[in-house]
Amino acid sequence: MVTSWGRVRHAAQQIEYGSDLPEGEKTLLSYGLGRSYGDSCLNDGGIALITGDRFIAFDREAGTITCEGGTMLRSILQLCRTANPDGSHWFLPVTPGTQHITVGGAIANDVHGKNHAQRGTFGQHVQSFMLQRSDGTFLCSPSENVALWQATIGGLGLTGRITQATLQLMRVPGLMIESETIPMQSLAEFFALADASSAWEYSVGWVDCLAKGEAVGRGLFSRGRHVAGACPAPRKPLAMPFELPFTPLNRWTLGLFNACYRRRIRRARTNRQPYWKFLYPLDAIAGWNRFYGPRGFYQYQCVIPPGRAKETIRAQLETIAQAGEGSFLIVLKNFGDQPSPGMLSFPMPGTTLAVDFPNRGERTTALIAALDALTLAAGGRVYPAKDAVMSPQHFEAYYPNWRDFSRWIDPRFSSSFWRRVTATDEPSP
Amino acid sequence: MTRIAIFGATSAIAEQTARHLTTPDSEFLLVGRSAAKLDAIAADLRVRGAKSVRSIAHDFASSDGIEPLLAPLETPDYALIAFGSLPEQARSQTDIAYAESQLALNFTVPAMLAQQLARRMAARRTGMLAVITSVAGDRGRGSNYFYGAAKGGLSRFLQGLRHHYFSNNVAVLDIRPGFVDTPMTASFPKGPLWAKPEIVGAAIAKAMRDGKNGVLYTPIFWAAIMGIIRLVPAHIFHKTSL
Repeated sequence: MVTSWGRVRHAAQQIEYGSDLPEGEKTLLSYGLGRSYGDSCLNDGGIALITGDRFIAFDREAGTITCEGGTMLRSILQLCRTANPDGSHWFLPVTPGTQHITVGGAIANDVHGKNHAQRGTFGQHVQSFMLQRSDGTFLCSPSENVALWQATIGGLGLTGRITQATLQLMRVPGLMIESETIPMQSLAEFFALADASSAWEYSVGWVDCLAKGEAVGRGLFSRGRHVAGACPAPRKPLAMPFELPFTPLNRWTLGLFNACYRRRIRRARTNRQPYWKFLYPLDAIAGWNRFYGPRGFYQYQCVIPPGRAKETIRAQLETIAQAGEGSFLIVLKNFGDQPSPGMLSFPMPGTTLAVDFPNRGERTTALIAALDALTLAAGGRVYPAKDAVMSPQHFEAYYPNWRDFSRWIDPRFSSSFWRRVTATDEPSP
Repeated sequence: MTRIAIFGATSAIAEQTARHLTTPDSEFLLVGRSAAKLDAIAADLRVRGAKSVRSIAHDFASSDGIEPLLAPLETPDYALIAFGSLPEQARSQTDIAYAESQLALNFTVPAMLAQQLARRMAARRTGMLAVITSVAGDRGRGSNYFYGAAKGGLSRFLQGLRHHYFSNNVAVLDIRPGFVDTPMTASFPKGPLWAKPEIVGAAIAKAMRDGKNGVLYTPIFWAAIMGIIRLVPAHIFHKTSL
């Protein structure tokens, strides 16, 4: 049995390392590092395809890198540590909160980072990729096999296997991040700070999940930009070698954690830190997901369009605080309006909220359903890479073009997620 | 400049080790069966910063022997012998030719190659010779004694080689990986004892750079596991299906 990052969904799947697609009846799905939280990276009863992680070429003048689909973002960043002749560095233009994902996974989920407002999604920086399908292998780019290109970016691995990809890196002055951390007293302050941070590459808000009433949105706002300067090598991560027998997260420990976290920073302050500390704080603890105990956890991430964001996010934060659930951090970010080429991409203009919930069974799924109702009413959507519970009805509402997309699915490919959200065996009304 | 020769360079563990041995002054010679795979690995190591990478396609299971390989070889500073196979135990018990070829591939050929490399390194009075054996060689077990015997024999050979060339400043490293999640073991059910090849490769590269002259269990907890397994009395061991 394999599981995904949230450890709430499991799958029995056969693992295949070969470079050809295996014959037979079983359905296929690429498996990278299993860092999706729910079941979008799982294919219960099917075959998990493992793709190589070799570099193919790196043009240090142009900043373009070609690698196999299984290459980890961390490996690319290791190459980026070598400075260019002018002292600048190449860097991933878009990176999520972990470097432990593959390039293929980054494309298939069209991942975003703390700089979506500036750079859009990962897919926007991919120059081309090779897509291996049961009917042949196709070079896809904005000018070739365009429909497959659009369907594969954010296409959850269903259109075939991304065997290799060419990325355009971004030039930055250095690998150090100059950052500012500013306390926020309310949600209004988050929106004001987010609007006022367009001169910063990265920005993100951390919100106390237990704050109620006037204090909703209380937390810290953090923004950063690349600056020159010697960057120390990443520290060896601490390991969480075993799972806790139960999760230590509850209303009281969370309150304590949030109070301490907030008290640490009472006034705005600036700081210089290595990129890996600023962008990947959780990578410092390998296997942090085991902290949630044997039952695992759900992550909920939605995006709410700008017109409805303030009221809806407030309502969602209040719902979470009422329930007394939540994790250390609720993360808020503003998405920009750069459209991704991906047909099924998650990001759209608006504000995104992400929160972890330890799995406490129905209590947790009911809370997620309540958040979902608010997302749906506001015309927002939920991120499939994080999801383990959305219903077919919700999926249809969030991604109305999925039937259009599904024409490009390779008939040999499938996933546990896809079978769940497109299940049609409900009795019709 | 550091000359690094890897025999069986397309094995998952060898490839990961090569990545961890890569520095701006490393000059690689990769030897393996598939020219296409060698080319891909060579390109990868170049992107990762290797000074140069050459490759030679050679099948260690073929009857050509290793002489053609050795004749033009410049003596490396680091050598890693990583080729081998996982013989089917049941077939080895009935098919004599198959069993002999598997024993050769896992014992005779690597042993002869190690001997010749050690001899050359001794002439230069420097060298690191690393050979991948297995924890399976630590005790004969009913479920895989052809593999275990070949690897165990190889370990004993390396022990002698280490003794013989000790005064010539040649380090002989006997690498005994435990369960590693590679294409060779794709069909095995995986559990908590299984390690990723990148972890094993990093440990091997570190031991090679440190000049470790002895046995490396990797991951390290296998030293304890095998210590216990070697001590289990036969009358108890025989009741298990290991």
